[in-house]
Amino acid sequence: MSKHLVSFTLNGRPHDGVAPDNRLLLDYLRETLGLTGTKTACDGGECGACTVLVDDQPRLSCLTLVGQVEGKRVDTVEGLAGRGLSPVQEGFHQKLGAQCGGCTPGFVMAAEGLLRRNPDPSVDEIRDALGSNICRCTGYVKIIEAVQYAAEKMREKAA
Amino acid sequence: MNEIKPVRSIGEYVPMVDGPEKVSGRAQYTADIAAADALVGRIYRSPYAHGEIIKVDTSEAEKLPGVVAIVTGADCDVTFGVLPIAYSEHPMARDKVRYKGEPVAAVAAIDEATAQEAIRRIKLTVNELPAYFHAQDALAEDAVDLHENRPGNVERDVFYELGDVDEAFADADLVLERDYFCPEVCQAQMEFHAAVADYDPVRDRMTVHASTQVPFYVHIQLARVLGMSKSQIRVVKPFVAGGFGCRTETLNVELISALLAKKAGGKVRTVVNREETFITHRGRPETEIRLKMGMTKDGKITGVECETYQRGGAHSGYGVVTILYAGSMIYAIYDIADVRYIGKRVLTNTPPCGAFRGHGTVNVRFAFESLLDEMAGELGLDPFAVRRANYLHAPTFTENDLMVNSYGLPECLDWAEEASGWKTRRGKMKSPGVGKKKGLGMACSHYISGASKPVNWTGEPHATVNIKLDHDGSVVVLSGAAEIGQGSSTILVQTVADVLGLDMARVRIVTGDSEVTPKDNGSYSSRVTFMVGNAAIEAAQNLKRVLVEAAARKLDARPDDIDVLGEVYRASSQDQGLTFDEVVAEALKDTGTITVKGNFNTIPESWGGNKYRGAAIGGTMGYSYAAQVVEVTVDEETGEVVVDKVWVAHDCGKALNRLTVEGQIEGSVWMGMGQAMSEETGYYEGLMMANNLLDYRVPTIQDSPPIISHIVESNDPNGPYGAKEAGEGSLAGFLPAVANAVADAIGVRCLDLPLTPDRVLAAIEGKSKTMKAARRRRGRG
Repeated sequence: MSKHLVSFTLNGRPHDGVAPDNRLLLDYLRETLGLTGTKTACDGGECGACTVLVDDQPRLSCLTLVGQVEGKRVDTVEGLAGRGLSPVQEGFHQKLGAQCGGCTPGFVMAAEGLLRRNPDPSVDEIRDALGSNICRCTGYVKIIEAVQYAAEKMREKAA
Repeated sequence: MNEIKPVRSIGEYVPMVDGPEKVSGRAQYTADIAAADALVGRIYRSPYAHGEIIKVDTSEAEKLPGVVAIVTGADCDVTFGVLPIAYSEHPMARDKVRYKGEPVAAVAAIDEATAQEAIRRIKLTVNELPAYFHAQDALAEDAVDLHENRPGNVERDVFYELGDVDEAFADADLVLERDYFCPEVCQAQMEFHAAVADYDPVRDRMTVHASTQVPFYVHIQLARVLGMSKSQIRVVKPFVAGGFGCRTETLNVELISALLAKKAGGKVRTVVNREETFITHRGRPETEIRLKMGMTKDGKITGVECETYQRGGAHSGYGVVTILYAGSMIYAIYDIADVRYIGKRVLTNTPPCGAFRGHGTVNVRFAFESLLDEMAGELGLDPFAVRRANYLHAPTFTENDLMVNSYGLPECLDWAEEASGWKTRRGKMKSPGVGKKKGLGMACSHYISGASKPVNWTGEPHATVNIKLDHDGSVVVLSGAAEIGQGSSTILVQTVADVLGLDMARVRIVTGDSEVTPKDNGSYSSRVTFMVGNAAIEAAQNLKRVLVEAAARKLDARPDDIDVLGEVYRASSQDQGLTFDEVVAEALKDTGTITVKGNFNTIPESWGGNKYRGAAIGGTMGYSYAAQVVEVTVDEETGEVVVDKVWVAHDCGKALNRLTVEGQIEGSVWMGMGQAMSEETGYYEGLMMANNLLDYRVPTIQDSPPIISHIVESNDPNGPYGAKEAGEGSLAGFLPAVANAVADAIGVRCLDLPLTPDRVLAAIEGKSKTMKAARRRRGRG
């Protein structure tokens, strides 16, 4: 397997690395860089736990090769928090959108992606945007509330 | 000036104390532990459902460079399990393989590719035996025994009759009998099973980090299997992403990792994938239930006969307990005297079942509440009225000697009836489109707050909590209670903070590290809030006593005169008083760091009776109660059922934390919905088919309805602040409530779960029973 240099922006910082051509972005983040916030919870493309943002779009890092993010912006759950939690993270914390936390990074990133393109989503739009993510604890009730909380916080901040 | 007063958090909406870690990605689960220095562990699994092992050939794998250790069944002849009377399982199969996917050998190698290649080179030779994939097949007269010491493949036969059931049926105005069927379901928790085992050959010590609900059980079994003293073993439970019961017993993953680490003389990380996590199973068994009930024309239940067959899988696991719960928990929800129960737990060539949320109670509750609903209909009674005709009156003991001290079911029913608009809407909802009909159904359920007799009877208290107070004034709670996402750490911090009147920010918690924290039996059967919560309260009260005495000393007052105002302690007459830090400084004088302890024990009255063998199962300090109404839309053309809305009321005694109680109720109802609507493992010749998250249809956010929850507080006399369980009791009610709603919508009873379009159509066409008979005859499938 040949290896190549990869350069992309990771959580706002320039990143250069080397990876084999078949290296999945998920494994690169978790194993090579030790960014274990992004979770593995299925055998490929079934659950959404590994969702990251690539140029602001939610992507499954388990179905993305590192080479595919060359020159792009990649955001993971570790990159959202500045001083304290981000609005989406705050929403999932305050509203109990996270119970065991196994799906949470994926939901947080999918919700972050939604709110970046649609700051005031309806409940149906939230359901649409989070339809590829599986949660086994919450029944999704409080996840919807968490996203609504975050949307409100972000709008307040923008105003 | 602000009034100085104690801070209270009990009864409030309190976000989880470990929430920030989980939402920011900082929470470390077992698979997240840095393992650059670890070997990769992988498991070779049997491709055969049943066979005598002739040879496990690892010679080719051993030749592979980078392979550091290989273990097989030959490396460990010690059995493990849950009940000391039923340690039937080896970490890796010896002599026989009994299900497809059973571990046979394992490899530790320098990287994943090497480990995978080594697995590929292992050869298993067996003499294949007939395999049985359903209970009835394994019970056939000519069936080969899976285990020598379980003749006829019966893990446990249960029979009891209390009262006179035949007479009870004779006294009834209506007697009805039905067959119900529930397929096998899995927990499908988000986190893969994982273990990092680190063996230190210099000190002969083993440290295991594991994704478990029961670090203490794992500790015991590691010592047995490794042949090491318990004192040489340390078990750490990092963040755990869910369990729902599949991690309430030691799993082979943990033991195999440790065996590999010991043989390799180093560190081995084994993270099994989703398919393997499914095949490790420990979910709810495929269950056939024949239920017969007698009822008077007023809706009073006269008698019950229940026959239950559980397909237990290839090993004992929790089997004996599961089949006993299915029988004992017919009681403790309604006032019933006469019950005959016949239960058979059967060994089959499928992965072992376990203690899935609502352990043992769920499938029988589906049958029971479905039949109640059908009989109510036949007698022209309202389903709510039938439940009301059968209330218990607490405090009381049931016919099978279960202690019921608090009973909020009536309030649950009243709320669910009112909130759902039952009286005005049922039977009057407009069709939302061609071929579509709407319906409302309801059902009740209950669950224990921890088993009053522990599995491992050691004579120790059920729960022990330590609190450490040091010079810095921080209060540190030390507990072995396994936080798995249910919020146990939050509850313990809340209770300790509340007793001391402190802000929760001053209280820290350390859990689940056998080197530091006191032993705890684990997170299962909804025991933690009740048992560990009570122990935490006692520990905090002991600490408070020490602080009050110190304050009294310093203020030259009597302890009785000290007002504890959280951050300020003062004698009644004084204005100024002492700050908390000043009290701590005084308390530490001469004695240094303070450690206090609190215990909890169940009372003998709660231990169940002895009217039949196993009658202790079902005994608890307090039962939760729940009632729910489900609204559905049924498409009669396609058989599709859509759940539109759920109203659920749950009696948790007292909500210590309203936010987490709501989360538990919603999650329980929703998990019941998964089982009722779409989830099913399914096998082909013993190979689990729905072994991934696409085929095993966990409901997505698109499939999930609004759930309106309501908390009922019956204030149990023995609960911490009156609390009982909140995390399981609402699950079982969903299954019959939705089936009853479908019956309300289209007049057809679905006795087979889940309510997938094919099954609903079959029921509409009156073929449901034929399907079941076919399934029994088919045998393999």
